[in-house]
Parts: sequence; C-alpha cells; structure tokens
Amino acid sequence: MSTYGTGAPPDGRGPFLLGVRHHGPGSARAVRAALEQCAPAAVLIEGPPEADDLVPLAARDGMRPPVALLAHVQDDPGRAAFWPLAEFSPEWVAMRWALEHGVPVRFIDLPAAHTLAMTDETDETDGEDRRDVERDPSGEEGRDQDQDQVRVDPIRMLAEAAGYDDPERWWEDVVEHRAGTGAARPGRPDADALAPFAALAEAMGALRETYGDGGHDRDPVREAHMRLQLHSARREFGDEVAVVCGAWHVPALRRRTTVTADRRLLKGLPKVRTAVTWGPWTHRRLSRRSGYGAGIASPGWYGHLFSAPDRPVERWLTKVAGLLREEDYAVSSAHVIEAVRLAEGLATVRGRPLAGLTELDDAVRAVMGDGSDAPSALIHDRLVVGEVLGEVPEDAPAVPLQRDLARSQRTLRLKPEALERELELDLRKETDGGRSRLLHRLRLLGIPWGEPVHSRGSTGTFRETWRLRWEPELAVRVAEAGIWGTTVRAAATAKAASEASGAATLAEVTALAERCLLAGLPDALPVVMRALSDRAALDTDVGHLAQALPALVRSVRYGDVRGTDAGALREVALGLAERVFVGLPPACLGLDADAAAGMRDHLDATHRAIALLAQPHATSEPHATCEPSSAPEPHSVPESHAASGPSSAPEARLRPELASGEDGGLRARWAGVLRAVSGREAVPGLIRGRAARLLLDDGGLGADGAERLMGLALSPGTPPTDAAGWLEGFLGSGSGGDGGMLLVHDERLLALVDRWLTGVPDTAFTDVLPLLRRTFAEYEAGVRRTLGELIRRGPTAPSPGPTGPATDAAAAPGFGPGLDRDRAAAVLPTLRLLLGIEQHGFDEEHPDAHNAVNRLTGAMS
Amino acid sequence: MSELINDTTDDTHTTAEGAGDDQALRPHAEDSFADELKALAAADDRPRPARWRLSPWAVATYLLGGTLTDGTVITPKYVGPRRIIEVAVTTLATDRALLLLGVPGTAKTWVSEHLAAAVSGDSTLLVQGTAGTPEEAIRYGWNYARLLAHGPSREALVPSPVMRAMAQGMTARVEELTRIPADVQDTLITVLSEKTLPIPELGQEVQAVRGFNLIATANDRDRGVNELSSALRRRFNTVVLPLPATPDDEVDIVSRRVGQIGRSLELPPAPEGLEEIRRVVTVFRELRDGLTTDGRTKLKSPSGTLSTAEAISVVTNGLALATHFGDGVLRAGDVAAGILGAVVRDPAADRVVWQEYLETVVRERDGWKDFYRACREVSA
Repeated sequence: MSTYGTGAPPDGRGPFLLGVRHHGPGSARAVRAALEQCAPAAVLIEGPPEADDLVPLAARDGMRPPVALLAHVQDDPGRAAFWPLAEFSPEWVAMRWALEHGVPVRFIDLPAAHTLAMTDETDETDGEDRRDVERDPSGEEGRDQDQDQVRVDPIRMLAEAAGYDDPERWWEDVVEHRAGTGAARPGRPDADALAPFAALAEAMGALRETYGDGGHDRDPVREAHMRLQLHSARREFGDEVAVVCGAWHVPALRRRTTVTADRRLLKGLPKVRTAVTWGPWTHRRLSRRSGYGAGIASPGWYGHLFSAPDRPVERWLTKVAGLLREEDYAVSSAHVIEAVRLAEGLATVRGRPLAGLTELDDAVRAVMGDGSDAPSALIHDRLVVGEVLGEVPEDAPAVPLQRDLARSQRTLRLKPEALERELELDLRKETDGGRSRLLHRLRLLGIPWGEPVHSRGSTGTFRETWRLRWEPELAVRVAEAGIWGTTVRAAATAKAASEASGAATLAEVTALAERCLLAGLPDALPVVMRALSDRAALDTDVGHLAQALPALVRSVRYGDVRGTDAGALREVALGLAERVFVGLPPACLGLDADAAAGMRDHLDATHRAIALLAQPHATSEPHATCEPSSAPEPHSVPESHAASGPSSAPEARLRPELASGEDGGLRARWAGVLRAVSGREAVPGLIRGRAARLLLDDGGLGADGAERLMGLALSPGTPPTDAAGWLEGFLGSGSGGDGGMLLVHDERLLALVDRWLTGVPDTAFTDVLPLLRRTFAEYEAGVRRTLGELIRRGPTAPSPGPTGPATDAAAAPGFGPGLDRDRAAAVLPTLRLLLGIEQHGFDEEHPDAHNAVNRLTGAMS
Repeated sequence: MSELINDTTDDTHTTAEGAGDDQALRPHAEDSFADELKALAAADDRPRPARWRLSPWAVATYLLGGTLTDGTVITPKYVGPRRIIEVAVTTLATDRALLLLGVPGTAKTWVSEHLAAAVSGDSTLLVQGTAGTPEEAIRYGWNYARLLAHGPSREALVPSPVMRAMAQGMTARVEELTRIPADVQDTLITVLSEKTLPIPELGQEVQAVRGFNLIATANDRDRGVNELSSALRRRFNTVVLPLPATPDDEVDIVSRRVGQIGRSLELPPAPEGLEEIRRVVTVFRELRDGLTTDGRTKLKSPSGTLSTAEAISVVTNGLALATHFGDGVLRAGDVAAGILGAVVRDPAADRVVWQEYLETVVRERDGWKDFYRACREVSA
C-alpha cells in the first residue's frame, strides 16, 4: 500500500508534467522548448496505448499532418474514435521530438479497447450507421476542449476569472500569443521553459479543487490509467520522463493515491478488439463546424502562428494580400501597412497583447475590403481554416473504410476483379439492391469501380446495368476517401453533404440529389435538399429551374420505386414548381427564335414534370408531409386562380375536378400560368401556341377556347410569321407529336388553318413556308394524306356541334354531338389494362371516356 | 433607440451653461452631452493621441455607453456592434481617414457627429456634399471685397472647414461624399495623402497639424452616383454601419418613429397596429436579408434598399390610410400597397421577386392569410 504520484510540484527533476491545450500552437512551442531543456528519457503522451507501435510511422517522409490516429472496433469500423493531430499539435511536436532524439514514446491514456467498448455501453443508439456519426465526437473525449456540453470548461472558468467573455481569446492572449513572442526569441537562455506549465498547472489545480472531475465521468478512470502508466514508465526510464497531456489532467497526475486504488478503478472495464491506424485528415475537419471536429475554429491561423518564425501579424496580412490579389482584388503593399497599423491599434484599444484573428479580420475588412464581407469570407475559408490535406505512408495499416468495403464485398458476393465484366441488377432483389447502393456510394466517393451503362433489355426503373473493373489504384482512392468516414455509407453521406454545400449550380445539386437516392443515403438528403432549395431560391434563370424540375420529379419517382421516403424531395420539387410558375411568364417575353425554341422545350418538360408531380402516389405517407397547408385552406386554390386572369374564373368553375384533390391546386396553378402565357401578346407565337396546346390536351380550355385562341393567333392583324410560329407551337410535335390527328378530328380548327393560309399575302408566303413545312413535315404520311383529302373535300356544312354541349358537356369541340357509348365501351377493357385499374375502379355505370382519355394521356406523358 | 434612425435626438438634455444653447432647435452633440464628455475626460487616464480630447477607449465608451468608476452613466449614442465603433475610433487615431458606409437610416451622420465631438470637442467642421459642392467648400474661397481692395493675402482667404481642421488639428466631416462631383472629391487626395493644402495664389500652404483627420459618410446603395476614385478610396478605412440586428430592435425603432411622426401629423395613436408593424418589419427584413426569419428558406432580394426608414414611411402611410379612409385600425390592406411600392422598384425583376415571396413564403404562413389576400389584390 505504498502511495505514489508525483506529489509536490517538481523541483527541477522529473517527471515533467507538460499540461497543454490540444492543438494550441503556443503550447506546441512551449512543449518543444521544455523538451529541449529537460531532455527526458521517455515521452508519455495522452493517447491510446494501442498506437505505440504506430509511432515510428510519424517519422516517415510520407507522413504529413494533419493526420489522425484512428481506433475502431475490429469488425465494426463504424464504431471508431479519432485523435487528430496537426502540425501545431503539442502531441505531434512531442512525438517528432522524441523520434528525432531516439527517445521512446508511450501513449498513456485509457486503451481504445476500453473507451470504444464503454461508448457502446453508454450510448446505445438505434440506427446502424448513424451511430458512428454521433459517436465520433465521443472519440474526442480524449480531448479536453470538447466541452461544449454541460460539463465544466476549465479554460472558460479561468477566462471568466480574468474578465474575458470568450475563453478562446483569453487562452490566446495569455498562452498562445505570449508563448509565441517568447519563442520568437529562442536564444533566450534565462527563460525557464517549464515556468508556463507550472503556472498553468497551478491554475488547473485550483479549478479542480472546486469542480472535481467537472462532469467528465470517465476522467477518474482515465487518469488512474495515466497514473499507472506514468508509474511504470518511471520504473523503466527513471524519473526523467516527460508527460504531454491536457492541462486539465495535470493536477490528477500529481495527486497522491495508491496503486491498488487505481488498479481497482480499472478493474472489470468492458473491452472490445480494436484496430488502430493513421489516417489522413484535413484542416476543415479540425475546425469546429465539421462533424469530426477537433474543436478548433481556425486551424489555418494556428498553423500560421506555429510556423511563422516572427512578426505573425505582418506575415499573416501579407498572406491575406497575396490571396486577395489572386482573386483580383486591388491590394497594394500600402494596404498591408495600413492594415497592420489598424490591427495593432485595435489590439491596443481592446487591451490585447497582440492583434488576434478578430483584429486582423476587422482590419482587413476596413482597409482591404471596403467594408464588405466578401473578402472576409474568402479569407476565412482559404486561410483561417485552410485547405490542407494530410498524408500517411502507404504501408500504414488499412483504414477502417477499406475494411468496411471488404466486408460489404463479402456479404454482397461482389469480388473486385481486374477483368472488366458487366453486371445486371434487378433492384427488387435484396442483394442486387445492396450491390447497386454500394456501387453508387463508391461512385459518390470518387471510387469508380463500376460504371453504369444503359440497360440493353428492359428500360424499367428497377433494372440497372453496371460495367465493373477493379483497378489497383482504386485501393489508393479508398484510402484517400477514408477521411470522409469509417464506413462506405457514412463516408458517402459526408461526401455528398460536403459536395452539396460546395456545388455551384442548381443542376449539380439536383444531380446529387438523384445520386443520393440511388445510393440510398437518406441521411445526406436533408443537407442536399437544403442546398437545393437555397440554390433554387437564388437562381434567377427560369431556364435553370425548369431544367432542374424534371430531374427532381424523376427523383421523387425513384424514391417511390425504391421505397425510400421522398417526402422532403417532394416538398422541394413543389417549391421549385412554384418558382417556375412565378418566373415563367415574364421570362417568355421578348425572345428570339432560338431562345423561344428553348423555352418551348422548358414548357414541355415542366408540363410533364407537373403531371408526374400531381399524380396520386403509391405511398400515401409522403403526401401527409408534402402539402400540409393545402388541406386547411381549401379556398386558397380558387382564389389564386381567380387572380391569374379574368377569363380563368368561369373555366375553373367548368372544370371543378382540376381544383379539387390535394394536388389539384398545383395543376390548376400551372394551367393558370399556361393561360397567362398563351394570352400575352409579347410572348413569341411559338410559345403561345405550345401553351395553348398543352392547355387543350389537359382539357384546360373551355368548349371553344382552342378555336378562339387559334382565331386570335391567325387573325389578319397578326404578322404571318408570328402566326406560323403559333401554328408550329400548337400543332408541332414536341410533347406528343399528334398535332396532325388533332387537325384531322377537329374540322373547325382545320378550317381556321385553311382560311388563314389562303389569306396569307403572297409577299409573306415565302417567309411562312419554311415554318409550315417544318410543322407539317413531321406528321406521319397517313395523317398528311388524310389532311390533304379533308382539305380537298372542302369545308363541310357547319356542324351542329355548338348546340351540343348543353346536353353533353364532355363533347370535345369539333367532334360529333354526344357520345357513342357502345364504341367508347369497346375501348375500355384495353384502357383498363393499360392503366392497371381494377374492375371496380372504373365505374361501368358512367363510362366517361373523356376522363379516361385524360388519365391515359396523363399517365403516358 | 431613436438615435439609431434619426439624426435628431428627442431626449435633448440641454446643458446648464449657455442660454444660447437652450434656444437652439438642435444643439450640437458636444453641447448636448457636455457633462458626459467632461466626466469622461476626468476619468480617462489612458494615453491620448495628439490633440485628442479623450483617449480612443473613452471615445468608444462615449459612443457605446457605460458607467464610469465615479458612477457617471454614459448613455449609449449608438446601438450596434461594438467592433464597428472600435474600428472607427482606431482608424481616426491612425493617419487614415474614416469612411462610414451604409444604407440610408443607419445613423452614419449621427455616428460621425459624435465621433468628431468626442475626439476634437467640435462637430461643426462640416462640409455637406451635394451635386453642386464646389472645390472652395473643401479647399478655400476668397473674400472678393478684400481681394479687390488689398490684393491676395491670407486675410482675403476664406478657409473651408477642412482647411480649418487641418490648421487646428481637428476632425473634419464630409457628409454624403459620393454626391460630390468626382473632380471635387479628388481635391481630398492631396489633403489626405500629403496632409497639406497648397495655396498657389499666395505661394503658401497649410500643413495639417497632428490630430487632424476626416470622417466621410456615403450611402452605399447609390454608390454609382459618383463612385470614389481608387486613389481616394485608398486613403480611407471603410466601416459599414449595419441595419438593426434583431427584429425586435427594428420593430421598436419603427413604432417609436411612427408614433412621433403620427403625433406631428395629428394621426390618432394606433395601439392595435403593432402586429401590422411587426409584419411590415418582418417582410422588409426577410427580403433584405434574402432569408426567412426561421432561417429555412432563402429568398431573392429586390433592388430597393428596404431600409428601416422606408418601413417607417410604409407604416405611416398605412396609418394615414386607415385613419382617413378606413376604420382607424391599421390593417393588412393599408400597408400592402406601400410595401409593394417599396419592394418593386424595378418593374420586371422585382415583381418576380415579390411574386415568389408571396407564393412561396406568405401564402404558407399561419395567420398571414389576410395579408396574402391584400397583397394579391394590389399586385394584380
């Protein structure tokens, strides 16, 4: 029962307890100075002991920080913990110093085998892959600064005692910047490199007397382990050992207690088999905002503080000026001088020893950026955080992602082969679905093992064909992708989220959304959807929106096919549609022929997309979430309708089925847009004609709406070329290509065309001819012949049609009055077959052929 | 809060000395707050730049408010981010001039006046920038009677405020710098870089004394009126004064000012109107920031400034409408037309922005149905 521990503060002899702030450049410098001064016989570092064997790798050429020690459960890479190390991390500096001087290094924290097992016990969450995302910060429990939760933040307590509201700033002022200036004069012989550590340890000691373990419930166990390790190290190497650990732990390491008591604490800890390796890391991940963050907001700035030999402020602002010049800001040396002066002046006004990041940011904004935020954002992104990617030697043990991939390959029976082969997948089968998701995820991660190719046989959405080929360099890609996560799924999710926030155009994000669905990454979808709706909101080009809409609607459909919940997607699609509705009419004004043709295609694409979007769904669940507001305000639909044009109100009353139903509002609004477009003089004829046609096909034009619109478009006042354009839009192929049949069956329209054509003046005829040829040449030969015959026969006697609608409202204009029920009934079985409608779903009592045809065209488009 | 939006202050807390000050409709800042300045100067033991009445720290305290060790309460003159004022004050302590940018109604003039009052004890060395500001207003003019009688001499010279500030080491102010024609603006370059003002007619020059600096204000929305040359721009440190940070601040400012204006227009007070004011402010803020208040949806921003000042005028108009043509209660219909007018400045682009906002945000929002309907009505 001998007591042990280091007892009183060291009297110049070891062990040297170097309490640091993880990732503090000032701490790193102080640690190096202290090690130089004490020349310890061994260096003990807070970290998982499993990694002891990996330390020599740190000395290799291929090793470049930021890197991370990764520990994960042997056969579940999803359960992992990370110890990120940057160039300016004290631990890294200590490790490198030890390697350079041939001094042994030991990690003394609680083994990862225990921490991972304990984590598993404490937060037993559901969801298979979500867990590692949640648990990764817990890997950071080895890090003192991870105290955003309810625990005591020692630095914050000290900062508050010193009258600072921001703990980071206090630490910078007191430790990082002070130490920085101290290290700027490295040759100073009288400075005691251990003095700052003693002072800090004293402060921490006072804090721990008050707060105990401060709510870090695992700390007593960890500290017991550290004490035991220190004890055995002292037996092995003598007293002259240095310990680099969080400043918070220093008082605990110094505490007097008994070996037995510590052993008792460590008894019976759960344990799992773990594997440890080095993985490359990035500055972005070190920064606080990303999920795996190490809790430092400005790794780039710290890196600068650490590496700048002197005058950090001047050097930083020169760096900033260089960056801004690259980005075409006019920044001269005079600007740099002024910024330095302002930053230093600000530091004085604020009573800080050295200008910090806040002062530098203010100075850059006022002097170089004309008060604008844009350069500041750029600087934050590129310098303060910085785009630094670490490297690890090739012979480092495999990263967890590789193991996860190998495991998936085994379970899905998909061997990596160098020989190219094709793979047919039927997504309705479970294994094939899994294979497809794996391949899609790997593609997202930039590992092109499989390339999707066009299916030869079926075009159904449940089939996929892949061309597989495993190249040796793909293994390198897998290792690189290791920074994104420990499992393929988590990594792909993280990558997709990052790509979504970095995407420049709307189309990129839409494509990404589609890929996320294909890859089965529901966790990435919210981020992607967010990015999508943001891009859509800010995009002023209706063309882009209209292009994005079909892909998005397609994604909604995929979601249905694969059983994923596409509710969020649907909501975004609806929002996008709404924006298209608002933006489309003004965008159709004043277009030239090419632009008009492009807009016509957008019109067609949007029309199809709206039809799909408004269709009733196989799954009812997404419905409840997508349009929650449509149910409580049923009258909002006719209201918006009425406002879209004076002529639309009676038509809305004529066709109540358009306004009813939960998605009817959408179709009705789209019809309102089409009506607005078709009725506006300044819109090119081609687009007006197409809008009229789309309305007609949907039954959105009243009894003789089409005739009226065509009459207007073809009246003598209209320039012949414009009228011909209208005809091309109205009758040309594009969506269905059945314009000819329309003329064959609606004699009134044919008569109008005929009358107009004969009225075209000779001088204009040559201008009109190419347009008309283009329109009519697309018709099938049979249709053209029938048309010719009809024309030759001459106008028939005025049909009694106009009086018909009183008795049968469904009669289409130009058709005979009434409905030949026998002939209509003959079509019904085929229709039913095509639409897959049950016998009872189609009421035989009231065969409404018109409605059936409508639904048919809706389904086909 | 009203200080933020209005250049005149209503709680004019006149000083004891000088009966003349009591008569002034609007006393200068250094007179209104003479007591605070005196207390600050007494308590201030930090180093002061040459010819400064206060240390930079005390100047910042004067603007942002605080309590001194002797218990004197310094009222806040500017309610906004601290760092902005710190940057502004620090700039004045260097030899770079200060340019305050901001949309109308962000207290640029107010801040500049108080900075000058605190730094130099005199806020009257002022050049008002207009399209017709002549070079003489920045350099010097001549007393022609004297010039003709005695020939060119220093006595015949009429110094500009800038020249006086240079000679005495004071803070000069230029209001609405971007309204001044470009060639006149550029006279400032010599003043700011060489710190001298040559008088070729006399073969003399006026050299700036330590302590001289210049505060300019400019509207960053109509920057295009007379964009600063890059040579001039380089002499300035730029500080952008932001719009009110929180909706509550802005609602407070708007309702307070509307109350004041309403009294002078003899409109009845409208206590029920607060909900409508909140709505106007919300619409303005959302469109201005390009983001809904819940932070979930991004929006396009229209070309107008949508400043707090405009929100005030929309509400005042609505109040007048409600009083004279309505039932005296401010309702959605009374403000809808005003909002439309403020938002849709460019009939093509802004109309799309507005329609999108109506359809994607307003239509879905709980309790905004009346507003949506009113807006649809005026937009159609």
